[in-house]
This record gives sequence, C-alpha cells and structure tokens, in this order.
Amino acid sequence: MAKIGVFVCQCGNNIARTVDTAEVAKYCSEQDGVVHVEDYKFMCSAPGQEMFKKAIKEKGLDACIVSACSPKMHEATFRNAAEAAGLNPFKVEIANIREQCSWVHDDKEVGTVKSKDLTKMMIERIKFNKPLERYVMPLTKRALIVGGGIAGIQAALDLAQAGVDVHIVEREPSLGGNMARLSETFPTLDCSQCIMTPRMVEVQNHPLITVHAYAELEQLSGFIGNFRARIRQKAKFVIDDLCTGCGECWEKCPFSTESEFEMGLVKRPIIYIPFPQAVPTVPVIDKTECPKILKDKCGLCADVCGPDCIDFTQQDEIKEIDFGAIIVATGFQLMPNVYREYGGWRPPHMTPKKLTAKMRKALPRSDAGRLVDVINGLEFERLASASGPTGGQIRRPSDGKIPEIVVFIACVGSRDCNKGVEYCSKICCMYTAKHTMLYQHAVHHGKSYVFYMDIRAGGKGYEEFINRAQDEGAQYVRGRVSRLTKKGDRILVKGADTLTGQAVDVEADMVVLATAMVPQGDSEQVAQTLGIGYDKHGFFSEQHPKLMPVESSTGGIFLAGACQSVKDIPETVSQASATAAKVLALFSKDEMMRDPEVAIVDQEKCMNCWDCVTVCPYLAIERVELKDRNGNFRKWAAYVNPGLCQGCGICNTACRSKSIELMGYTNEQVYAQITAFGGDII
Amino acid sequence: MGKKIEIHDFEPKIMAFVCKWCTYSGADLAGTSRMDYSPNVRMIRLPCSGRIDPQFMIKAFEQGADGVFVSGCHPGDCHYNEGNYYARRRNTTFRQLLDFNGIDIERIEFSWISAAEAIKWTEVIDAFTDKVRELGRHPQYNDDIVDPYAQFLVQKKQESA
Repeated sequence: MAKIGVFVCQCGNNIARTVDTAEVAKYCSEQDGVVHVEDYKFMCSAPGQEMFKKAIKEKGLDACIVSACSPKMHEATFRNAAEAAGLNPFKVEIANIREQCSWVHDDKEVGTVKSKDLTKMMIERIKFNKPLERYVMPLTKRALIVGGGIAGIQAALDLAQAGVDVHIVEREPSLGGNMARLSETFPTLDCSQCIMTPRMVEVQNHPLITVHAYAELEQLSGFIGNFRARIRQKAKFVIDDLCTGCGECWEKCPFSTESEFEMGLVKRPIIYIPFPQAVPTVPVIDKTECPKILKDKCGLCADVCGPDCIDFTQQDEIKEIDFGAIIVATGFQLMPNVYREYGGWRPPHMTPKKLTAKMRKALPRSDAGRLVDVINGLEFERLASASGPTGGQIRRPSDGKIPEIVVFIACVGSRDCNKGVEYCSKICCMYTAKHTMLYQHAVHHGKSYVFYMDIRAGGKGYEEFINRAQDEGAQYVRGRVSRLTKKGDRILVKGADTLTGQAVDVEADMVVLATAMVPQGDSEQVAQTLGIGYDKHGFFSEQHPKLMPVESSTGGIFLAGACQSVKDIPETVSQASATAAKVLALFSKDEMMRDPEVAIVDQEKCMNCWDCVTVCPYLAIERVELKDRNGNFRKWAAYVNPGLCQGCGICNTACRSKSIELMGYTNEQVYAQITAFGGDII
Repeated sequence: MGKKIEIHDFEPKIMAFVCKWCTYSGADLAGTSRMDYSPNVRMIRLPCSGRIDPQFMIKAFEQGADGVFVSGCHPGDCHYNEGNYYARRRNTTFRQLLDFNGIDIERIEFSWISAAEAIKWTEVIDAFTDKVRELGRHPQYNDDIVDPYAQFLVQKKQESA
C-alpha cells in the first residue's frame, strides 16, 4: 500500500484567500493511501521544506503531493528536497492550486472544490509513478567547429585557451572565410587581413587545435556529449607533412582558372593556395581542372617540387572522430542571382565562356550579360584590397580604367519581397558607406552616388561613420534604381530621388550592388546532416530568439556567426565567444546527467511496425536485433536512445502495441488522473 | 476579477489535455494576471500535444466528462519541432471516428494557445464551457439511455448469482 503525504500550501494568503486549505487537507487525509497531511503557510520556505523532509523521513513516505503553485515554480525545489530526504525525486508531484485555481476563481467554495479535485487527481496519479534514476552519460571533451571563418577561429581560440581539444573543419583550402576577402572593416577602417591573419596563424600553431582544411563534414551521429563525426578529407594531391609552402609549384603551373577567392576577377593556377596569407600554406590541386589528373598530361608541379610532396594518386580520406559538442559557423554568401536582376554579367565563379546558350537565354534583358562593370560588394572589396587583383587600385573589370563616377546601390535583394528576401541584411548600409570612403580615398577626383531606401546604422560609432562618409563626398540619393543599361562604355543608371520627387539618371563607370546576405547555398543539407532546425531562408534556427540565441534546436550543437542570421563582425565574434562559453559549461563536468523522463520500449511487446521510428523528431529510435543467450537472432525491436530522446512522447501515442511508455507520463498515470476526475464541479 | 458566479442547473465537467510548454504556461499566465475563467475545467499536463492519445479523450468521456479540450503550441512553435502537427492530424481523423460512433464532436474542442495567450485561454475555456452547458449532460450518463449489451451482462450475472 502506498504511503502518500499531501502538503497543502496556503502561500501566505494567496491560496488561502479563495481555498479552504484545511478543508482540502482533511479531504485528502480521507483518500486511499494517504497517511500524512500538512496544511502550512509557506511550504517553499526553509521551515516548510524542513517539515517536508522530516515528514518523509519520520513517516517513511513513499510519495508526496505538494498542493501549491505551478510546477514551473517549485517542482524542482520539492524534488530536490525529497532527494535530500532519501525519497526518489520523481515520486513528488505538484498539484497546481494557485495559478490554476485560487488566483482565477473568486468564490471560496468553487476554489475549494476544484483544489480537492486537482489534488485527488494527483494522488491517484502518483500511485503509478515509478522511481526514476537520472542517466549518467559519458562525455567526450572534444569540440568540432564547422567552418573556419572568423566565427570558427574565435570559438576555436577561446576553447583552446581554456584547454579544450578543438577540431576545425573548413571546406576551402584555407581558413579565413569571407572576412579574409574584406579590404578594410567598418567603422574603424582597419585592414581586415591585418587583424585576421595573426589569429589564423595562432590557430595553426596552437597545440590543441587541429585544422582539417579542404575537408567536409559528411555525417554526424550520436547525441550531446557523444557525437561521432565522419569527416571527408578531400584529396589535395599534396602531402601535408612534407610541403613547405615554398610556392614553386603554383608559380610554375601553366594552366589557370578563375579564382573563387578573388570572386572570379582574376585567374589562379590549378595548383593553388586561395590567397597569399593562406593558413595552412599547403596548396591543393583542383582535380576538376588539372590536365595531369584528367588526361595524364603536364605534371610540371611534381617536377619542380623540391621536397617531392606531390602525389597524383591521393584519394579522399575518411576520418571518424568523436566529439562532445559542435559549433556550427558556416557563414554566409552574397545572394547569387541578383546579378541577373540588375543586368550583371557573371554568376559567381562563372566566366562568360561557361555561360551556356541556355543560360544566356534565361537572362531577362537583351543587354544583360554584357554589363561587366556591375559588381557586388565582395568584388569591390577585392578591388579595394591591397592584396587584391589590382593591388589596391580601384580599376573597373571591363577595361581596367579608373572609374570616375561610381554608383552604389543599397538594398539589392534585401527588403524585397518580390525578387529577393524580406529581411534587412543589416550590414549593407555600413559597408556601402565604407566603400564610398575607400573609393574616395583611392580616387580623389572621383564622384560616388549611393541610392538607398533607408539608412540603418545602429551600432557603436556607426551613425558617425555614415556622416563621415557623406562629409567625405558621397552623394546620398534616397530612392530606388529601376534599370541599368549600357551607354557607350558607361552604364546608365536610371533612378529616382523620392525626396525631391524627380527622376535621376547617372552615367556611371562602375556600379556596385550591396547584395543581400544569404546563408550558404547548401545550408539546408548541412542542417539535415547535423539534425538542426533552419528557417525558410536557410538560416539555422536558434532554440529561443532571446534567451537561447546560440543554442540550436539539438542539444550540444551551437550556432555562431552569420549562419544563424545576418551579422557584422563584432556580433559574430561575440556570438562565437558565447558558443565557446556554452561548450565550456558543458565540458565542466566529467559526465552528464540526463533527465530520466524519456521513452522506454517494452521490447518483448514491440511488434515492429516502426511507427515510432517514423514519428520521432530526434531520430532517437533505432531498430535493434534481440538475441537469445546463444547469440541467435530472436526478434526485431525498437530501442530508444536515452541520450537523444527529449521526452516529447509522440512515439508513446503512435505505438500501436502500446509497448512504448514515456516515463513520468505513462498511460497508467494519465488514466488514473482521468479516472479520479469524478467529483462534482461545484 | 469580480465576475459574478451565475447559478446554473447543470455544470459540465470539462477535461483539458494540454502541453506543458505553451498552453499550461498560458493558463499559468492567466493565473498570474488574476484573470477569471470558468472553474469547470480540470487540466492534465502532458509534455506535448503529440502525447495526447485519442484514447485519453475516450477515457475522459467514459469517466463522465461532458467536454474534452485539447490544446498545444501554435503550428511551427512546437518545443519538439513537430509534435503539434501529429496532434492536429490525429485530431482531424479521430473526430470523424467519434462522429461515426455517435459521440457529439461538438463536445471536443481543439485550439492552439501559446504561453502568452492567457486572454485567449480564458475566452476559449469560457466559450467552450457555455457551449457544453447548452449541450447538456453527456447522453451516455443520461439514465434514459441504456446500453442493451451492458443490461444483458448485468442480467446474466444476476442469474448466475
């Protein structure tokens, strides 16, 4: 027979005002199985909890009901108190007679009846509560960072400085990401590479950081604390350990293709490092272009290589590594298709030669595809960069002339429900202002126009920066551009000034589009590989927009940088440090405790319909083979991995043979609660 | 506060199955904001609306509930990503089955209530209570209706005794 204790709280006068707590206590004492009742002013106070503990010890109670406030308030308090008194914490239940009774009903009689009912339902329910033990899970103290941009670098350094073993997977041959492409950064105009490359070198030299450059995360299994990642190290055709990065090979390579890092503005050799400061300084051979690999011709790089580290027979290598936590920092790209809308000529990384006839046909206007001097923000960064293709001189791509008049168009693709994305890309106002300044500094006699919708410059020193740009000569025109057409060797920009209500035509030498920031093109596949949520644009979803902005929807996976939403560099860096703090908190213990309120399968009853496998949102249910003691196959059954299960109970409802039970919310418990619901309403 | 209690001849019993993340918190908020709503409802807290088994509803009717209320997070807001979609699908098919079996589906209410929608919770509960009060006692518990098979069993038991 159960020995249940019922503790009715008056909550000062909060409950006692509309509930006759003495009456409720008396009613409870008459119930089957109840051996002890208390009616006290403040159960959650220190004396109240002492009383609770004392009753458990002295009366040997094996279950307790606390009739008090919402379980969200004090369930944990009383469960901890019960644990301290030697009672299993999951044998304590709260009957909510404050938020859902005394505070919402005026009439004392009504409140008392409802309180009796609610408490009785809990008394019946707790008779079926099983004592549950928290799961102890092992924890691998190693972190994986997906993406080696500034977010990944920052998180890796923070973690490594705290003594955590970190692995970075970067799909390009070098760390750096988009930030390495920038010439100077707003609002201080300090050189991006100057602040970035020391950190890249620090990552490279740190004994606790392993960089997997030119590698991709292929598969992820496991759960928080116990992930297993399958990393595909793409064949570089260069032996890492032998290469000294001398550069003989990429200087001698006779073939070339357009450079991804330089946004296709110039060519790069087939054996290449993306940019001179690349980390690691190990070149890779582009196997889709290399004539030696394709047709067994050339092989010059192998001939000139001093340490003899070029190996054309290299294959992709699969590495399986265990991790405890994952930081996703895959970053952003600029919206790829807006060139077409604005008459640009070059889908990214695509030369005119590669534009097939069909693609040309798909371009909207007759002169589209020929406006070579319409470029996007990142391309302008490369033109303005001292290490860029023009050595820091701003020259337009078509004929290399220094542009006298440059038009900057803001909000290209952003805040545009028809052709682009609805959201504001946040950084374009700032970087357009920066571009006008960079241009003005490089071409003193030049004229720059900015067509904008609104200026959004929220941030430390940002508004001042916009003012500075205007002072330095940028002409801001509030209005949209309707069309870009070719006029001689110039581009005719047809726009409007909505403040004066007049049409504005500018003949520009070059047009720079502040294109929208969008997630990487394969972000949805990445999200599916990782098992995390993403929104309709492809940005990864955070657990809670305000209070859990760096946690993904899956435990143990954290989000840093522009893969979660549009961000500038300071925000990205702070979010990356936040993820590092989260990972350190997770790694501060030697093992993990898991809530035992998870689903458990009665494997003998399981009849292999696998409905549970289909409905589980966390892929926590596996098909396992049951064996007899001789090791022979006996039957199939479902198995719920307690590390992955989040305790939603969808499988419990879906199970046809009723062989899955969600601990803490079993069918028996709910039925007992429903059955107890028998008293009169008023 | 201060809503006057009206005296009715019949007060329905309403069983509510709610998810603990949205609707239960919404009802808590109604309490914290001292809103007043119909006292006829008794809530069962479940982790997710996807955990609400249609058999719970049948059991509730069997145990004398006059109305059953089911609620969870709004579509897209589920704490477990997709639990409320299962709840919605189950509910739509299950209502037809109940209808077929002669249970008045007006006695089942399905509504999305978020943790912030305390006002919606009070409105929905008040409206549903009024509706069920109009409908009257669940006919299963009306003395006029006798299940012939149950009668047969009772009779047989008496005979054997």
